[in-house]
Amino acid sequence: MEALKRNWYKFSESKISVVGLVLAVTFIFLAFFGKYLVPYPEHIGSYVDFTKTSLAPSSKYLCGTDVMGRDIFSRIIGSFRNTLMMGVIVLLISAPVGFIVGVIAGYHKGKPIDTILMRITDIFLSIPPLILALAIASVLEPNLTNSMLAVTVMWWPWYARLSYGVTSSLRTENYIIYAELAGAKLPHIIFKEILPNCLSAILTKMTLDMGYVIIMGATLSFAGMGEQAPKPALGSMISSGVKYMPAQWWFTIFPAIAIMLIVLGFNLLGDGISNMLGTEEI
Amino acid sequence: MPSLLMIILRRLGWALVVLLGLSMIIFSLMRIIPGDPARLALGPTVPEEIVEQYRERMHYNEPLPIQYYYWIAGVVKGDFGKSTITNRPVSKDIKEFISATAELVIWAGIMPIFFALLLGVLGAMYKNRWPDYLIRFSSYVIIATPTFVWAVFFLLIFGYWLPILPSIGGRLTMGFSVPSVTGLMILDAFIDGQPAAAWDAFLHLSLPALALALPHTMQEARITRSYMIENEGKDYITMITSQGVPRNVINRLFLLKPSVIPTISIMGLDIASIFANAFLVETIFNWPGISRYALKAILGKDINAVCGVVMLFGVIFILTNILVDIVAMILDPRIRQSRSK
Repeated sequence: MEALKRNWYKFSESKISVVGLVLAVTFIFLAFFGKYLVPYPEHIGSYVDFTKTSLAPSSKYLCGTDVMGRDIFSRIIGSFRNTLMMGVIVLLISAPVGFIVGVIAGYHKGKPIDTILMRITDIFLSIPPLILALAIASVLEPNLTNSMLAVTVMWWPWYARLSYGVTSSLRTENYIIYAELAGAKLPHIIFKEILPNCLSAILTKMTLDMGYVIIMGATLSFAGMGEQAPKPALGSMISSGVKYMPAQWWFTIFPAIAIMLIVLGFNLLGDGISNMLGTEEI
Repeated sequence: MPSLLMIILRRLGWALVVLLGLSMIIFSLMRIIPGDPARLALGPTVPEEIVEQYRERMHYNEPLPIQYYYWIAGVVKGDFGKSTITNRPVSKDIKEFISATAELVIWAGIMPIFFALLLGVLGAMYKNRWPDYLIRFSSYVIIATPTFVWAVFFLLIFGYWLPILPSIGGRLTMGFSVPSVTGLMILDAFIDGQPAAAWDAFLHLSLPALALALPHTMQEARITRSYMIENEGKDYITMITSQGVPRNVINRLFLLKPSVIPTISIMGLDIASIFANAFLVETIFNWPGISRYALKAILGKDINAVCGVVMLFGVIFILTNILVDIVAMILDPRIRQSRSK
């Protein structure tokens, strides 16, 4: 409790981190409960009302309506669940996978298994992630699950690098050597001795990465490889709105602002946590 | 101690291994596409015998490793096969489209070097005063916005509301014609003695380049600022200050160089992500570059084109990183020493 209070004090010292926390918590809250709070929940799916198409923003339709006559505000909030899912699932899979690869390679530093694992990691890092993610997503059926898969495949190497660095510097520490001498098995050393030392770095990186994964997901969806219509996705809302610019600017501007605020929230939060824990930005 | 040349040679050797691995991944990836590649290439109306002949000629009937062997043997000679979309050799397509992208990426890569250093140094000089707050706040907002959103914003602002810069319609206004020498339009226009065309090409280039460069500029500015501030607290700076060396001399000679090296290392990675983001920016601005071509190939499942372009990006990315590493090693003796171990 005392530690929590101290951490909160340190975290809230920087007002801008608190702004990030508020933005991120609001986003997560809306991702869970937004469906029940938006003015027109039925507009989130396939709904058509040709009497109300392309209306400019007003008090009735905060962000205007789209070509199908659907409320854009409701659709933006409605897309939050998938946006959040994208970030959470990608990170929840890629962080452990990367950790295991990195820790095994780092623990066996200098042996063939280290070389093999880290060279495979290097191959994935040798190409801009977006390009291979696009290629992977294009091979598969375009939908949310596959776009998550494509991003995950490109994301674990960063965690492998991170855990590799920590592990290879830890493996000569006395407590690891004692554990080995006491006959501890590899899982014990990985999860009980090394993991606690990597955890704060990994968690910080996960918060910092959240924004980047969301940008990546939005980019794939912008290219037409994410959630398919009529379900709402921020990226595809922007790409389908571009051709109506500048007359119907609200088609694109509001989803764009939504992405910006979400990513901003997680970036500020991540910076705050990294300052609080004193972990270096990696 | 191995020399700089040895380090570079070793890096290049590893780069070959990595590229070989990348080629295997991308090749197997593109061969697991559901559907018959021969059918995809020829279309549904072509009779079965011709498809079978094509399959035989392209070795599609052989097992995957043999197919890979035939493909990689061609790649080594610069032959990536034929694109099914443009119906031309992929290498020819690449040659045609790469120059437009190169021009874009060069500008988008150069811009941050100046502005990031300028903003980073400004932020550090005015630490915790309004210029610093302004730069930091705008960098947060700019980094949080995906590149394609910037491209869309610029299209809206400059294309429609404030039409001072050309935003759609490729690299040149109709009416100019510039013979291709280097492929870089601005340079070609100068070589041909047409400054007006060069200026026009520059204007066409500026918006997409700006959209690509913006987030990286701010990211690098942040890194420069934080290293400036970190180094400012170091003992050697305190010592020179106490000796009475003027502030601007300290900044220029003793503070800037060590603070800039980390930024330069980041720039290597940034060039790669500029290439990646060029995918959408080129499409939005209708820029006739390799990324727009690649996106079309990816969406159209054009196997040979995708493999070729991905390999090309891999080579560019690896070479840029080696180059950046060399620059960092030349600038910083500490890095030189740690790499040579």
